[in-house]
Amino acid sequence: MQPNINVVSLVSVGRHPQSGRARRAEQDGQAVELGLKLAGKALTVVHAGNAQEPVLRQYAGMGLPSLTVLAQESNCDALPVLVSFLKDKPIDVVLTGVRAESGESSGMLPYLLAEQLGWSLVPRVADIIGVQGDEVELLLALPRGQRRAVKVKLPIIASVDNAAQEARQTAFGPGLRAQFNVLTVESVVDESASRWQINAAKPRPKRLKVVKAKTAADRMKAATAKPMGSGGKIMKDETAAEKAQAIFDLLLEEKVVR
Amino acid sequence: MMLDWLPPTLIGVLLVIAAIGAVRRMNLWRAGQAEKVDALAGLLAMPKRYLHDLHHVVERDKYMSRTHVATGGGFVLAMVLVVFVHLFGIDSKVLAWALLAALVMMFCGALFVYKRRMNPPSRLSKGPWMRLPKSLLTFSITFFVLTLPAAGLPIVGKLPEGFGGWLLTLVLSVLILMSLSEMLFGMTWGGPMKHAFAGALHLAFHRRPERFDGGRSTGLKPAVLGEASHGVAKPIDFKWNQLLGFDACVQCGRCEAVCPAFAAGQPLNPKKLIQDMVVGFAGGTDEKYAGSPYPNIEVGNAKGAPNQIITDGLIHPDTLWSCTTCRACVEECPMMIEHVDAIVDMRRFLTLEKGDTPNKGAQVLENIIATDNPNGYAPASRTHWAADQNLNLMKDVRQADVLFWVSDGAFDMRSQRILRAFVKLMKAANVDVAILGDEELDSGDVARRLGDDATFQSLAKRNLATLSKYQFNKIVTTDPHAFHCLKNEYGDFGSDGLLSISGESVVVLHHTTFLNQLVKDGRLQLDTFKGGKVTYHDPCYLGRYNGEYEAPRELLATLGIDVAEMERSGYRSRCCGGGGGAPITDIPGERRIADMRMEDVVSTGAELVAVGCQQCTAMLEGVVEPRPVVKDIAEILAGQLIEEKH
Repeated sequence: MQPNINVVSLVSVGRHPQSGRARRAEQDGQAVELGLKLAGKALTVVHAGNAQEPVLRQYAGMGLPSLTVLAQESNCDALPVLVSFLKDKPIDVVLTGVRAESGESSGMLPYLLAEQLGWSLVPRVADIIGVQGDEVELLLALPRGQRRAVKVKLPIIASVDNAAQEARQTAFGPGLRAQFNVLTVESVVDESASRWQINAAKPRPKRLKVVKAKTAADRMKAATAKPMGSGGKIMKDETAAEKAQAIFDLLLEEKVVR
Repeated sequence: MMLDWLPPTLIGVLLVIAAIGAVRRMNLWRAGQAEKVDALAGLLAMPKRYLHDLHHVVERDKYMSRTHVATGGGFVLAMVLVVFVHLFGIDSKVLAWALLAALVMMFCGALFVYKRRMNPPSRLSKGPWMRLPKSLLTFSITFFVLTLPAAGLPIVGKLPEGFGGWLLTLVLSVLILMSLSEMLFGMTWGGPMKHAFAGALHLAFHRRPERFDGGRSTGLKPAVLGEASHGVAKPIDFKWNQLLGFDACVQCGRCEAVCPAFAAGQPLNPKKLIQDMVVGFAGGTDEKYAGSPYPNIEVGNAKGAPNQIITDGLIHPDTLWSCTTCRACVEECPMMIEHVDAIVDMRRFLTLEKGDTPNKGAQVLENIIATDNPNGYAPASRTHWAADQNLNLMKDVRQADVLFWVSDGAFDMRSQRILRAFVKLMKAANVDVAILGDEELDSGDVARRLGDDATFQSLAKRNLATLSKYQFNKIVTTDPHAFHCLKNEYGDFGSDGLLSISGESVVVLHHTTFLNQLVKDGRLQLDTFKGGKVTYHDPCYLGRYNGEYEAPRELLATLGIDVAEMERSGYRSRCCGGGGGAPITDIPGERRIADMRMEDVVSTGAELVAVGCQQCTAMLEGVVEPRPVVKDIAEILAGQLIEEKH
């Protein structure tokens, strides 16, 4: 846990992919988890929307003593109320999911927040290592389990990647007893969104896989063969010096040797 | 004689000390939560409960039951008479002779206790329990000699005068002190004899009085939701009569001998668990515990206090999560202690308050909450298995004779084979049947056993709301877990309100019971089974939880199968390891429970093991081959069905 840093996790109402039912959004849960790791009980968790939403109790059940709700209707824009809530507060880190599981799900919220507040945005964070002075050191999640360590000046807005620590189990009792600080805010109806027509997305049909192999052995090979690399060259007839030079060049190119 | 006053004084003083101990002990129990009991009726029923119900359980071990009748009966009788003869000094030859007879009976019993203790089985606790037969013998001999004068026996009854008599009285007094310390002081201050005092009151104030007189009470008690805390965190969160129940333990270790988790080397021993509960509410450590430990956990490091959180230092949570809730320990306990209730009570705290369900527990609970099935499948795909079954949906027909409760087996391809076999049989018998289809939800069994009573209660209420929309006479299910919930646990949420078409209350049946009725009514034509040797595995939730041992065996008998019974079958059936969420919490052990059960099957030489539960099927089929084939009874019957040719 980091002393004396103010962390805010933003949470939304998720949607289960199979049942379509409201749930604790996965990435938002991870944002709370990361927030708890950084700030412990001092973490502020904020939701803009309906304070009566039962799903909020699932977030609270992660061990939050309280949860702040910026009460507004479902047709209102979350951005302006969040901006006015976060603005002028001594906040160091704001954590969000990468994108919401319901609503527009554009993934734009962290970017727009960062733009309007003038803070740094760090996308797809896997972990926050620590805070030194006014700098925070974090790990960005890259494809295939790769990580990149970066240092960013506070305050920041970070979206939390799926690769971050999984959200802890939610417990019924603490969730039930958590205090909700419901704040009345000046909410703005999202005019443009109200004019949209929303349809359920249909999964695109998959291209049929035509099996060309005639024998079982061929199919086995097709299923298990490693993709052939496109780069590189085969040197058979060259002299030893030429081969060594080629290897040396490659090591230079890949920055193994400097 | 100079010291005539000594023996009665000793008896009197020790009785007073025992009474002080009793009050002190009762205060320990009273620290528990309030629970209403019918105290007077319980106390009046206590002798019968002891002589009939408890003795019925003890009787499974003939040697011990006879030994106990002689020793215990002799002691109680002798103690009462001792008070009259020696404390109040009533001069009656009849009483004295009766006392002598009681002491002889006790002496004979104590000899057998002594014999058993010469080479005790590992399930028995040692320590102070090894001393008990000696104390029993001392008691009977001492009082025998002491009573002789009162009985007026001419020669032996005459105490020598002078120094000899003085010495004899002194020796007798020391022996009285030794034996009565064990029998009276030990009874209320925590010695082995505590079981007599606490046990008698436990029988009187038992939390499930329905269990006596041949009854059955296996449904878990609902958790009260919305209070400051849920489940049992500290010993004082138990009901007072649960604490009393823990104190009644005689450490005979019968529970340990039947516990599948203990046998598998998982860190659970029901006997140690109950003793740890005693350590908890009485305060202290488990240093003095002299029985088998939890496998691979050293004895002596557990500390407890009435106000201390149990899982902080007294019991490791893994101990609680190792339990398969198979109820073998409860069935076997001669003191009728409710181990499973206590375990689930403590699990409730871990899940509902700490959010600490191990391994896949959290994910499964989250799935149940979001999709009403443990694996997170789309609720709209619940009826896909029946696409080719041409089954009526309740929402179309509104009423039917039989409501087929499909359970979550609907999502599992192996279980679907059982479901289809059962449908085939019902069609052959022209049963008017309908299913709920996608309206059916998980029964809540797994959520409840994992301690999430909030989710269980929500599912129970929603399922009952669905059921109450339709009319039917019976609910039949192939899943004993759903069967148990519907039959025994939904009652707390208003399942009694479900009325059949004719206005009577709806019956819930397991498919084996229902099929047996169909066969008896001649509605199913079955061929003789010609496969090899067959054995039958009793599912815990069908057998011990619901007492159905006969219907599956009768069905197999109608196929001409002579069941090759396993050594542990019927009420002693060994769990497959699949109950109580154990496959989900998956606490590591040295062996797998399912493997041990399959060894039981193999030892009968059977080629086929018949089961009546999809969970058992999954667990037993998970054992590596070569092994006997595993089939549900519905599948075996469907294979032998003689279908009418059209």
